[in-house]
Amino acid sequence: MPKTLYDKIWDIHVVARQDDGTCLIYIDRHLVHEVTSPQAFEGLRMAGRKVRRADLTLAVADHNVPTTPDRAQGIREPESRHQVETLAENVRESGIEYYAMNDIRQGIVHIVGPEQGFTLPGTTVVCGDSHTSTHGAFGALAFGIGTSEVEHVLATQTLLMKPYKNMRVEVDGVLSPGVTAKDIVLAIIGEIGTAGGTGYVIEYTGSAIRALSMEGRMTICNMSIEAGARAGLIAPDETTFAYLKGRPKAPKGEAWDKAVAYWRTLPSDAGAKYDKEVKLDATKIAPTITWGTSPEDVAPITGIVPDPAMTKDNVKKQSMQRALDYMGLTPGMKLTDVTVDKVFIGSCTNSRIEDLRAAAQVARGRHVAKNVQALVVPGSGLVKQQAEKEGLDKIFLEAGFEWREPGCSMCLAMNEDRLDPGERCASTSNRNFEGRQGRSGRTHLMSPAMAAAAAVTGRLTDVRELT
Amino acid sequence: MQKFTKLTGVAAPLPMVNVDTDAIIPKQFLKTIKRTGLGKNLFNDLRYTPDGGENPDFVLNQPAYRQAQILIAGANFGCGSSREHAPWALQDFGIRCVIAPSFADIFFNNCFKNGLLPVVLPQEQIDQLMELAKQGAALTVDLETQCVTAYPRNINFSFKTDAFRRDCLLNGLDDIGITEKKTAAIGSYEERQKAERPWV
Repeated sequence: MPKTLYDKIWDIHVVARQDDGTCLIYIDRHLVHEVTSPQAFEGLRMAGRKVRRADLTLAVADHNVPTTPDRAQGIREPESRHQVETLAENVRESGIEYYAMNDIRQGIVHIVGPEQGFTLPGTTVVCGDSHTSTHGAFGALAFGIGTSEVEHVLATQTLLMKPYKNMRVEVDGVLSPGVTAKDIVLAIIGEIGTAGGTGYVIEYTGSAIRALSMEGRMTICNMSIEAGARAGLIAPDETTFAYLKGRPKAPKGEAWDKAVAYWRTLPSDAGAKYDKEVKLDATKIAPTITWGTSPEDVAPITGIVPDPAMTKDNVKKQSMQRALDYMGLTPGMKLTDVTVDKVFIGSCTNSRIEDLRAAAQVARGRHVAKNVQALVVPGSGLVKQQAEKEGLDKIFLEAGFEWREPGCSMCLAMNEDRLDPGERCASTSNRNFEGRQGRSGRTHLMSPAMAAAAAVTGRLTDVRELT
Repeated sequence: MQKFTKLTGVAAPLPMVNVDTDAIIPKQFLKTIKRTGLGKNLFNDLRYTPDGGENPDFVLNQPAYRQAQILIAGANFGCGSSREHAPWALQDFGIRCVIAPSFADIFFNNCFKNGLLPVVLPQEQIDQLMELAKQGAALTVDLETQCVTAYPRNINFSFKTDAFRRDCLLNGLDDIGITEKKTAAIGSYEERQKAERPWV
């Protein structure tokens, strides 16, 4: 029977199967960060258990770390410091490789894994973080887990679970200028909704997906969770292999050849069955932003703030009204008339080199608008180094952007980077929930180029007008 | 793990859809290295005003619902991050069961690891339970029979729970303990993979 990419990865990872269909699944790669792991290590200690495969585990602190240049002197905030120190101690005790805050390889866990070649096609990858779906861009079955499961993986290198259903999202056609992977994924979420992928693993296919770089593919898979799917997948191809070749943890020599031969067998078979299929026309996607407090609240930048009165469903009407009140927007208002206070370019969705290049291209020769604070937070020390080699830091600094150290930063505002109450942000991150970037802060999600455009004009802007 | 068998208690109505994990427990409370003590900050930004006072409009601040053990909510409850702090916060507050038309996958999964029962019921039944909850009626959630009842009213809704997860909850079984019985199978899987996929 023809199999999907997901079925193939699932099948080769089944260690044992119970009568009710629950499977024990082997985990090839485990990424660990400071926020969701301390209770797991504590649990192991209390039960007298050891880490089974430290060699398949990689740790880095990202959520709490400051992004200001003075961080080499340590973390000021005591609770954040304690959490990061706890991670360092836990990994030392268990022999897990760890990139400390001032290591060039440190960065957001989902940037670091692929960058090091830790993430490989056909593997299972988990992390106590919902955006682990990012790694699906390599054709790896990658998903976020809770802390109890982190403990389970540390102790046994496996997880107990039932298979998900298969969903295919096919995006065909050529993107218009100014339209990026972020716009594709926002359009997909707008189409299927934030619960549209619940219970499924989404495989993204079609010519528009194939044409994307690995960076773009990671942006798409990253936001699978915002579409409700625990994992997203893109079949590995030449783009994938070219990205991985020569990475520190990627296979070398004969092992590389063997691996590639195997990876070529992974793509879904012709005629493989999906439980749900969705198609999108890439040529119809415009630069897209969110207007509300759910990632499904999307609109093209050329659009207006929607009117709850136009919605028949009462629950939907109420939640739209609540979102508009929170966001301080009125129906019918042009989106390009909405002014911003802060701009955040970063996060596991959009802080890779390609994202910084796109933002820098808009920033070059322009200046951040008066009263706007704009942050550029590279995804890792290596991304930062590469950007500096290309002179992107100078472009940003000359344009009045702040050039920061790597970390999660204002995506979830666990460190000092956050919105003040009522402030509005053009953000390249993944969630626009109430309070996500700071209590009573207002988030509009968009691509890096669009965020840079908002920074220089001081309002939500169609980046195509700036080129 | 704490067992879940049968629970009778006050149900708090929270008629909101897409209640995300940032709303359940905002990030500033994730800096703890403990599982306990999160209950006081459950729904922090909805429950307290910026100056730290109680928001009297929020359901869990109303006298009838301060001891609520059940929460009735809208669709896609628990969407967002994988933070297990969300079920820990609910549990620490005293909520042992959330009833909604649908849940986000990771949150749903996390509940079962913590003796917290997520119950999925169709929207029409949720609407009825929401009304009952607003009237302050107590509900009974029985995992043995997989039924939600509201005595003396004529309510008896049956729900389904995955057999394995139900068994774990009813008996308070710890997943790791179960998996450790398969250590030999894990070992031989690792040996096999070393031959078949040596680059992993």
